[in-house]
Amino acid sequence: MTVTSLNIPQARANQVAREDLVMFINACFACTGQREFYSSGFDQRVSIDFLHHYILGNYRLLYARTLAAGVNHFGQAQILVNLLATGRDTPPEHRAEENALIGAALRALPPHRAWNVLESLRKRGVNNRRSRAVARDYLASRSDPSFHVVKYRRQFLASAIHAHLVLPGETGVFLFEDRSKRTFQTPLLETFRQAQYSAEAIYKLPYSIAEGLAARKGLKREVFLERIAPQMTSHEKLRLQRTSERAGLDAPMLDWERLPLTRLALFILSMPWAERRQKQEQLEEALRASARHTLRAAPMRLGRVAAVLDNSYSTSGSQEKRRRPLAVAIAAHSLLQEASGTYRSFWTSPMDSPVMAAPRGQTDLATPLLDALEWKPDLVVIVSDGFENDPPRGAAEALRVFRERLDPLGKTTIVHCNPVFHSDDFTLQELSPYVPTVGLRDAEDLPTMLGFARFASGAAPLSELETYLAARAAHFLGAAPLPEEAKESEEGE
Amino acid sequence: MTIHATPISHISLDGLEIAPSQVRGAMRLVPLLRRGAPGDLRLARRNYRDDLTIVATKGEMFGRDPHYVSSYAPHGMVIDWSEDGSPVVSNGAQIAKDGEQLRGCGMSLRVLSRMAKREAANRLRFLPLHLAMEGFLSLFFSGPEIAWQEFSRKFRNNGFESRWELAVSGRRIDGLEEALRVFEIHEDQVGMLVFVADEMASAFVVSHPDDYRALHETLLLDFYGELLYQYALLWNTAIPLDISVHDEKVTDLASLRAEITRVRDDWGKFHGFMASDLIGRTTISKPVYQAGPFALQRFITTLDPKIENHIGEAIVRDDGMLEYLKTFRLSGAQTRRAYLLSQLSAHEWQLDAAAEALQTTRHELVHRLERAGFGYILNPQVLAEAQTAMWKKRRVP
Repeated sequence: MTVTSLNIPQARANQVAREDLVMFINACFACTGQREFYSSGFDQRVSIDFLHHYILGNYRLLYARTLAAGVNHFGQAQILVNLLATGRDTPPEHRAEENALIGAALRALPPHRAWNVLESLRKRGVNNRRSRAVARDYLASRSDPSFHVVKYRRQFLASAIHAHLVLPGETGVFLFEDRSKRTFQTPLLETFRQAQYSAEAIYKLPYSIAEGLAARKGLKREVFLERIAPQMTSHEKLRLQRTSERAGLDAPMLDWERLPLTRLALFILSMPWAERRQKQEQLEEALRASARHTLRAAPMRLGRVAAVLDNSYSTSGSQEKRRRPLAVAIAAHSLLQEASGTYRSFWTSPMDSPVMAAPRGQTDLATPLLDALEWKPDLVVIVSDGFENDPPRGAAEALRVFRERLDPLGKTTIVHCNPVFHSDDFTLQELSPYVPTVGLRDAEDLPTMLGFARFASGAAPLSELETYLAARAAHFLGAAPLPEEAKESEEGE
Repeated sequence: MTIHATPISHISLDGLEIAPSQVRGAMRLVPLLRRGAPGDLRLARRNYRDDLTIVATKGEMFGRDPHYVSSYAPHGMVIDWSEDGSPVVSNGAQIAKDGEQLRGCGMSLRVLSRMAKREAANRLRFLPLHLAMEGFLSLFFSGPEIAWQEFSRKFRNNGFESRWELAVSGRRIDGLEEALRVFEIHEDQVGMLVFVADEMASAFVVSHPDDYRALHETLLLDFYGELLYQYALLWNTAIPLDISVHDEKVTDLASLRAEITRVRDDWGKFHGFMASDLIGRTTISKPVYQAGPFALQRFITTLDPKIENHIGEAIVRDDGMLEYLKTFRLSGAQTRRAYLLSQLSAHEWQLDAAAEALQTTRHELVHRLERAGFGYILNPQVLAEAQTAMWKKRRVP
C-alpha cells in the first residue's frame, strides 16, 4: 500500500510523505541501534527497524536515495540489506539507479561494515542473482583481497559460500583447505600461516589479527604493543593510547589534526581531569586544527553564530555510547567557531574551556538560549538531546514566544541538532515545533544538516526534498563512477 | 544524657529552594536546592550486608529490653559535625566495628546497640528510617495504666506483643531505579521529594550537596510503603503538567526571561503544594540525640485517616534550619492502626469514651480494632458481644 493510492487530497499526501521522509532521514543520521541515555538498545533497534520497513514499503526510490544523503554507516548498512532482501519490489524503471546506489554505497562503507552487510544477507537467507552479483562486485573492487581474507576471515568465508564467489588467487585455498599443510605465494597469507608458529611473523600482521594470535601465544602485552605499533591504523592507535600508557610505553604517535573531529572530542573526554588541564592549550589547538581540516573537505561560511550547547548529565550517553552527545556538542562548538565570522557559545553549565567539559547538572536550556538571543546572532544552533527539565519545556516556551511575538519574520535562524534518536516515537525528541530538529551523529555532518534543516522545518515542499535527494544521489554516483563489472549486476534482478 | 532540644512542631523547607520536577514513567522526582551550605554537618553511608539486623533499643545488646528486628537494613548513616560551625570532613564510614556480627547457617546477623549511637566525640551513627519506624512501632506500646476489664489479661500485664509493619524496598518500586538513574542532579542539590504517580512517597534532605550526590542512590535502598509499590504497578505515567508563558506579558527578551523565571518559580510552588500533607503539617516529634547545635528528632504527622500521613526523622539546627530529613509514608491500614491506638490512648484506654470521640458505638469500635489486627488485646467476652451486636445490626433491613 502506498500513501498516494489512498483517496486523500494530494497536498496532504505530499505533506505526510515529506514528514515521513524527514523523520526517517533524521533517524538515520542519529540512530545506531545502540543503547542511549533514555532508552535501551533493544528499543532503539525495534524502533529503527520499524521505521526502515515502513519507508521501504511506501517510498522505495527515496529510501534507496537516502544512501546518498550522508546518513550514518549503521543506517546505510540497514538500507542495503533491506533493499537487497526485497529486490522483487523494485520498479523496472528505477532498477538501474538502485543497483548503482547499492554498489557505490557498499564500496564506500568501511570494510568491516560492508562484510557485515554481506554476512547478514546470509543470516537473513537472502540469496538472489542481484545479491550474489553485489558480493562478487564488492570483492572485485577490493584492491587487496588477501588482506580482506585474512582480516575478515569469518565474514569472507560466510559470503564466499553463500554467494558462490569465485575467489581470486590463493584466497580460495587459504579459506577452504588445511592451512597448515602448505605454503602460500601471497606474502600476507604466508605471514599469517607462519604466525601460527612463529612469534616473529605476528608483528607483520595487521594489529587486529595479531592481537588474538599474540594472546594465544602468551606474548607479553608491553612487548607486543611496542612492536606492533607500526601496523596499527590511526583509529587503533587512538583506542590504545590509554592501554599503552598503562603498560608503561610511549603512546603511539598520533597526528591530532588528522583525527576526525568528533572522535578527537571523544578522546579528549576520555582523558583524566589533570591531564586535560595540563594539555589544555594543545588539545584546544588540536580541536581547532581538526575543525579546519573538516571544513576543507566540506566548506561552510557562516556569519554571526551563537551555539547553545547542552552539557547536562544526560549527555553522558550510555555504556555503549559513552559521552557521545557531549562529544558532539564539543565538536560542533569547534566547527562553528572555525566556520563563523563572529561566534559565541552558551553552555547549560558554563566552563572555561570546551576541553574541560563534563556531563553534569540539570538541563536548563532556556537561560543559555535567552543569553544567545540577546546577543542578536543570525544563526542559533542548539545541540541538545531535547529533554529539558529546569523548567520543563522552558526553552520550548521561549522559542514559541520568540517566534510568535518577538521575531515573527524569522530574521534569526534557529536549528536544533539532536544527537540522540528517541525510540518511543520513532523520531528525534523535538524542542519545539517552531524550530526544525535534525539528527547529528558526527559534528562533521553539520554542514549537511544545516542544509537539510529547511526540509525539517516544513518550509520546503516534498518536490524540493525529492530534487534534493535526487541531486545528492547523482552526485554520489558521479563522484564514484561505476567500474565495468558492476554494470552487469544491473541486469540482475 | 539530657536532651534540651525543643521538639519540632512542623517540617519546614525554609532555606531550601524547590526546583522543577524531573519525570520518568510514574516517578516524579523534585530536587531541593540549598545555596551555600556551611558544611559543618556531614553525612556518610555505612554499608551493612546482613540478612537480619537486630537493634537493642535501650543499649544493652543481649538484655531483656525490647529489641527492634529488621530483615532489611542495607546501610546506616554516620554524621560528623563541628560545634563551632567550621566545615568538617566526612569520614565517618571508616570504622571497623559496629555492633556484633554473628554468622552461621549461611546467614549473617548484626546486633547493634541503640538506633542512634555516638561513636566518637563528634560522630553519631544511626539507622535511617528504622529510627522513625521504631518510634512508630513503639507508639503507645506500654498499654493502659489502669487495668480495664475490657482488655485481655495478657495485654493488661504485658502491653502489646511484638508489633510489625510491612515495607517494600525501593528496588521493588517499579520504575524508581530507572528514574533515579536518569535523574540529573543539580549542582546545589541537597534533597529530593519523591512522588509515585503524583502521590507523595518520601522526602530526603541532607546538609551538603556533596553528600547528596553520594547518597542519591540510597533512595533506591530505602524502604517505602506498600501503597506506593501498588501505585507504581498501576500507573505508568505521572499526570502531565504544564505551566506556560503568558504571551501578553512579553514585549522583549528581558520580559521573556522574567516570564521563564516566573514559570520556574511556579513549578517550585506547585510542588510545595503537592507535598503540603507533609511540609508545614503539624507533627508530633521526639528528640533522640543532641549533637552540638543539631537535634536529631523523629516525628509523626498528626494522624488523620482521610489524608496522607508520614513518619520520619529530621536533624534540625538550633536556628530552625532543616539539615536532614527522611520520611516514610504510611499506608491507609498503617494509619488506621495507629489512629485507633492514638484515640484509645487519648481517652485513657476507655472504650466508651474513645467510641464517643470517634462518633461511633462501642461495638463498632471493638469491631474496628479487631479488623485492624488488635483482637488479641481485647477480652474475648467483649469481642463476642461486639460480634453478636454486629450480626444483629446486619440482619435489620
